Amino acid sequence: MWKQIEGSRAVAETVAMCRPQVICAYPITPQTHIVEALGEMVKSGALAGCEFLNVESEFGALSVAIGASAAGARAYTATASQGLLFMAEAVYNAAGLGLPIVMTIGNRAIGAPINIWNDHSDSMSMRDSGWIQLYAETNQEAADLHIQAFRLAEELSCPVMVCMDGFILTHAYDRIDLPLQHQVDAWLPPFEPRQVLDPAAPVSIGAMVGPEAFSEVRYLEHHKQLRALERIPEISAEFYATFGRESGGLLRPYRLDGADTVVVALGSVNGTIQEAVDELRAEGVAIGSISICSFRPFPLEAVSRALSQAKRVVVIEKSLAVGLGGMLATDVQMALSTRRPRVYTVIAGLGGRAITKASLLKLFHQAKADALESVTFLDLNWDIVNRQLKRELATRRSGPAAESILKDLGTLSSKIV
Amino acid sequence: MPFHQIKFYQTGTFTIGNRLLEASDRSVQSDVHRSNALNSGHRACQGCGEALGARYAVDAAIRAAQGNLVAVNATGCLEVFSTPYPETSWQVAWMHSLFGNTAAVASGVAAAMKAQGRPQVRVIAQGGDGGTADIGLGCLSGMFERNDDVLYICYDNEAYMNTGVQRSGTTPAAARTATTPSVGPKPGNVFGQGKSVPLIAMAHQIPYVATASVANLHDLEYKVEKAVPMHGARYIHIHVPCPLGWGSEPHDTIKVARMAVESALFPLFEAEYGEVSDRTILRKRHPVDDYLKLQKRFAHLFRPQRDEERIAAIQAIADRNVRRFGLENGAAS
Repeated sequence: MWKQIEGSRAVAETVAMCRPQVICAYPITPQTHIVEALGEMVKSGALAGCEFLNVESEFGALSVAIGASAAGARAYTATASQGLLFMAEAVYNAAGLGLPIVMTIGNRAIGAPINIWNDHSDSMSMRDSGWIQLYAETNQEAADLHIQAFRLAEELSCPVMVCMDGFILTHAYDRIDLPLQHQVDAWLPPFEPRQVLDPAAPVSIGAMVGPEAFSEVRYLEHHKQLRALERIPEISAEFYATFGRESGGLLRPYRLDGADTVVVALGSVNGTIQEAVDELRAEGVAIGSISICSFRPFPLEAVSRALSQAKRVVVIEKSLAVGLGGMLATDVQMALSTRRPRVYTVIAGLGGRAITKASLLKLFHQAKADALESVTFLDLNWDIVNRQLKRELATRRSGPAAESILKDLGTLSSKIV
Repeated sequence: MPFHQIKFYQTGTFTIGNRLLEASDRSVQSDVHRSNALNSGHRACQGCGEALGARYAVDAAIRAAQGNLVAVNATGCLEVFSTPYPETSWQVAWMHSLFGNTAAVASGVAAAMKAQGRPQVRVIAQGGDGGTADIGLGCLSGMFERNDDVLYICYDNEAYMNTGVQRSGTTPAAARTATTPSVGPKPGNVFGQGKSVPLIAMAHQIPYVATASVANLHDLEYKVEKAVPMHGARYIHIHVPCPLGWGSEPHDTIKVARMAVESALFPLFEAEYGEVSDRTILRKRHPVDDYLKLQKRFAHLFRPQRDEERIAAIQAIADRNVRRFGLENGAAS
């Protein structure tokens, strides 16, 4: 059913159709609209058989979801940025316990400096937590991925994060084809837990494990993700068969035929990348792109196959591995371990800085000429950076760097262009 | 607990022998068919007050819930000594997640039971004083203020025993711990710090708050059995001596716990919706010395010479408890 609807609302309505039994919410921008909408549906009775808890922190939110999931309920929560970091201990715990919680991340930068805008630093910080991470390219995909996420999570007993770009997706109004309740009911079976807290059949969940078995338990977590590599494309195909839409899967290639330059990225920036690719193709440039949906598990083979003809790879990252460069680029390089095309890491869009088509076109031209540094910061204002470095060299008490930079810029408040 | 008309055949003790009670009034622990929730074979130290308190409390809870019980456990001694896989001492559906999130996990279990239409399944959460008063206080307060359908039981041994006896928010004044060592001019924990979780719980106006002691089995079981069928957030704070951390004799655990109560350093009371509703009157008060002297963690108060000033300050804490909770005649001031 087509609706002109905000991305967050589309996700909320889709999650509701998955019949969650426990939802816990703690406010943090930019995911708040999702849980607000779900809270309203529970309170009005539109979403029946569901408990909605307003908790005291994100740590509490995921902990409630852990308890609910262990007691056999389908559990859902959403968070972003500092919130995801505040629940970090529980993020690892949920994965270690094998609890199939689904959580939406409204991707947002991590402070300091505090910043509410979009990048991928938050979910990237949890990339090794044992959660499956799926990145949505559009709001349609964000909504659809939640149905697939519950199916995948519960099949594998593994929690799943659906990552959608904060504001760019969460707050954008789009024309979205929402599924119908009977379709979702037919496609998503009720949750059948592998382990459950039941007084009639008592088990101990979450006890200590020593060195004699810890590696094996961890390996099994890895094994689930290897299994997810097989199931994610199958589930995407099964989803297509019922709902008639292509959503999810491991990755989505775009105009790779004969492309010697291939751009790789996660999430909504792929839309802009594809437009830039189209323009360059019109100019006769052999360029294509890959949108990676499944970042964890990382589809090494699929990436390797998709890049088999590439002479150079440009990885656009909305997060920075400080002291190294890129995280996605490191993974892409691992996929290319048997072949050695040039891999350029491009750090872009941090803290909500717009990644414009104009910047991308310039960047891709540079890449084509192999005139890029191995790690490039897209649209970084070197003049401002150098002024601050000079100031720090001249004065011991140079003050808060962010403030000085903004003074240099003559900007009073952040502006999104 | 309610008043019983009983003849005392034993002298020098206030303990009521089970054989003198009606069968229905006998303790859960005296029942050969008790559930033995925390079964034998666990790794607790000799004389562990927490192991005793947990078995008393969970057995009583299982009886009150007619077997329909789920227990969520914080990280800590109780979790560690009871469960290293593949062994478990728990004869109850039991879960451990983290140190600081026990109340929230229990809220999640309770919400799941409600959503699944199983309100007969009762949920308890258990943690030590560190998991309750310190690292878990945020989640605990959240569970209280939402009035979630959880009974939280704190086993208070007044320090982080599992990590080697470090000070917690409930460590009493003057007590020696690994992080409040008995060195310097004022050895042991400082005065004027620490917190009372029962009073914090009462400030949330929750349906039921109680304190209990492993020295008072009937009272402890009565409070647990009263709390379990109630709905909403409930809290029971059980004082459990730790021979290892307190430097007391393992065979003195009950005695130490009783002296804490009878010196008025650990008052036993109940509170409903934020008001104290009952308390255990002290028929025979002991000076705090009788409690302190049993424990090496207070040894510096008596050696090389008696620290009159600080013992008087501890006595003043006990005296204040007597006035505050009406432990002498039931009249609080």
